[in-house]
Amino acid sequence: MTSFLRSQKVREIFFQALVLSVVAALLVAMVINTRASLEAQSLTTGFGFLERSTGWDFSFSVLPYSISDTYSKTILIGILNTLLLGFLGIFFATLIGIVIGLIRTSKNALFSMLGTVYVETFRNVPLILQALFWYAIVSHLPKPRAALSLGDTVFLSGRGLYFPVLNIALWSFAVMVAMFIAWVIFLPWLRERLRHSASYYRIRNIGWILLPLAMFVVGYIARIPETPLVDIPALKGLNFRGGMRLPPELSALIIAIALYGGAYIGEVVRAGLMSVPKGQIEAAFVNGLKPFHIFSRIRLPLAIRAVLPSLTNQYVQLMKATTIGIVIGFSDLFMIISTSINQSGQTLELLAILMGSFLIINLSIAFVMNTINRKLALKGYEVKG
Amino acid sequence: MAEVTYQAPPQADFFTKVRKSLFASPFDFLLTVVCAVLFCLLIYKLADWAFLSSIWSEEDEPLCKEATGACWSVIDARHRIIFFGLFPYEEHWRSTVACIVMIATIIASCVPWFWSGLKLSVLWVSGFAIFYILMHGGVFGLSVITPERWGGLALTIFIFAAVSLIGMPLSILLALGRRSKLPVIAKLVGLFIDFFRSLPLLTILFTAAVITPFVLPGWLQGDKLYRVIVGFAIFFAAYQAENIRAGLQAIPPGQDEAGKTLGLNYMQRVSRIQLPQAFRNSLPAIVNQFVITFKETSIVTIVGFFEILASGSAAFGTGKWTHHYIEVYVFIGLIYFVFVFSLSRYGAYLEKKLRVGHG
Repeated sequence: MTSFLRSQKVREIFFQALVLSVVAALLVAMVINTRASLEAQSLTTGFGFLERSTGWDFSFSVLPYSISDTYSKTILIGILNTLLLGFLGIFFATLIGIVIGLIRTSKNALFSMLGTVYVETFRNVPLILQALFWYAIVSHLPKPRAALSLGDTVFLSGRGLYFPVLNIALWSFAVMVAMFIAWVIFLPWLRERLRHSASYYRIRNIGWILLPLAMFVVGYIARIPETPLVDIPALKGLNFRGGMRLPPELSALIIAIALYGGAYIGEVVRAGLMSVPKGQIEAAFVNGLKPFHIFSRIRLPLAIRAVLPSLTNQYVQLMKATTIGIVIGFSDLFMIISTSINQSGQTLELLAILMGSFLIINLSIAFVMNTINRKLALKGYEVKG
Repeated sequence: MAEVTYQAPPQADFFTKVRKSLFASPFDFLLTVVCAVLFCLLIYKLADWAFLSSIWSEEDEPLCKEATGACWSVIDARHRIIFFGLFPYEEHWRSTVACIVMIATIIASCVPWFWSGLKLSVLWVSGFAIFYILMHGGVFGLSVITPERWGGLALTIFIFAAVSLIGMPLSILLALGRRSKLPVIAKLVGLFIDFFRSLPLLTILFTAAVITPFVLPGWLQGDKLYRVIVGFAIFFAAYQAENIRAGLQAIPPGQDEAGKTLGLNYMQRVSRIQLPQAFRNSLPAIVNQFVITFKETSIVTIVGFFEILASGSAAFGTGKWTHHYIEVYVFIGLIYFVFVFSLSRYGAYLEKKLRVGHG
């Protein structure tokens, strides 16, 4: 019997069972306690409230909405707002990051210092402070009457940024994006199929010309009748009419996330460019490649592969950072959920939706980036990080 | 036998270096000139705004309308609100001394002499205790000031220090747990870490502030501030644990096996062999996590705490100061910058120093 108790294996199993039961007991205790406190405050549980109408207003929506919309639709709008903000922020952050990464790896000391100053300025101040700062700047811009304009088509004022849009139905944008994605996925498949032959390159070139034409046709079919094709904003009375409006909250957040994320992504890009072994570049030089070709054919492809995992990380971080939008009143998912909690009292259900949504969004980003990473990975070649 | 002379490779002198890095080609020359002009312009504009045409004292506020530079009068008039929040006016010295003690603790823990578990624990626990006694009072004839009235820089530093103090030991436990050879422990801890890493910090703080009263029995709830700090510390620990785990994984398995052969038990192997090397391996990442955490303390303003960002907004929230938001934001930005920049420079210095050691 003593030898049985002394056996390492038995002790380990016993210990693990103990830990598992303690965790389970804690969870059960939390559930019991939660039910008790919910009953004490006579709150109902369940997701039935999602079908009730909200009755409150919020600042921004990508879809048309009214205050009589249901909770489920309002939450969906919140998710879409978060996605819109996240994608625009990440897009511009990536652009800035690439430029900053290139500047920082420049051989010219003064030029690369410009990049360093940028990175140190924007990386060392909290994002939320930057958002507040840009919001204060944007919302103190001149009134619509004295708006800053760019060729009388794009207007920047304290009410936000107004810019022209095409008067075409919303569904056609989805069709265009789908066409583009299908073509981009189709290309590598075709390349494998035709084994890099000349006919592949011919098809590819024709395709790149036909694609915009096809998109144009789709857009033309989807025209909203009896309106001009391009809707240009114009000053009517005290405000602008027509065009698309980017409200100051969204503009400020995009600026803040793009500048802040750009500093981080710039560092990622720099690390990627620096991680390309010197020998590779020297070999390319010896082989007579021009500086531009050394960059586009050797350094960039290798750097992209080195960069992808940390870039995925940054994208997930930036997506999570969108939640600070509440501080300047942008109706992102977090703000919608926290208002819903205040109004409906369905705290736990709404919190579960919030966490679940972020889990799905972040896992999707990671999945897409990891797929790209796998597709791009060179067989038998690993860049040292 | 012929004399072999060893010659050092030719050292580039200063001018050659400058020429190579700034004037290598005509295009480079142009780029350098453009950058130099840009820098001069930037520095001049900034200096002009901040120093040359700025207004400094509170009494000169009426002059701000005409001035083209910054109106620092708002800082002169309202700096106490920014630094101390709602802390009673006569007791501001306590908040000041507490902040200095905590900053000294942070600086001291950057000195390698303190780098042992015991010394660091003693340093931080005593630093934190002094900070808490000074802020809270109730002993040595100090009047009691409850955490609801703490604010400004002191609250920011308190949250940062408390999160570090709770989070660091927790992160070590989580890192070891995730690498445990007991499958149930490793899976559970892994699930815990991944769950907290997948969520935005704000949702965790919000849950801690608003939801935990439902979930926890009354005697376990504590003040809202402490709940938020615990939530923040768990979030911090989940990230820090992954950094430590990376450091642990870089240790060759032979090290641990050698420890086993010498008859060391698990605790001894962990404390004498694994952790010292793990910390050394991932010190830059660990410092970086502290940097990020210091910046993220600003998020607690959303769940209703009066830390430096909120007290800054309050500083220009009233009367004649409403137009001077830029000065206040720049001022707060500079305070954050001083902390974050020096911490991150320290991290970069460590990275360089440790790389040399590894060859």
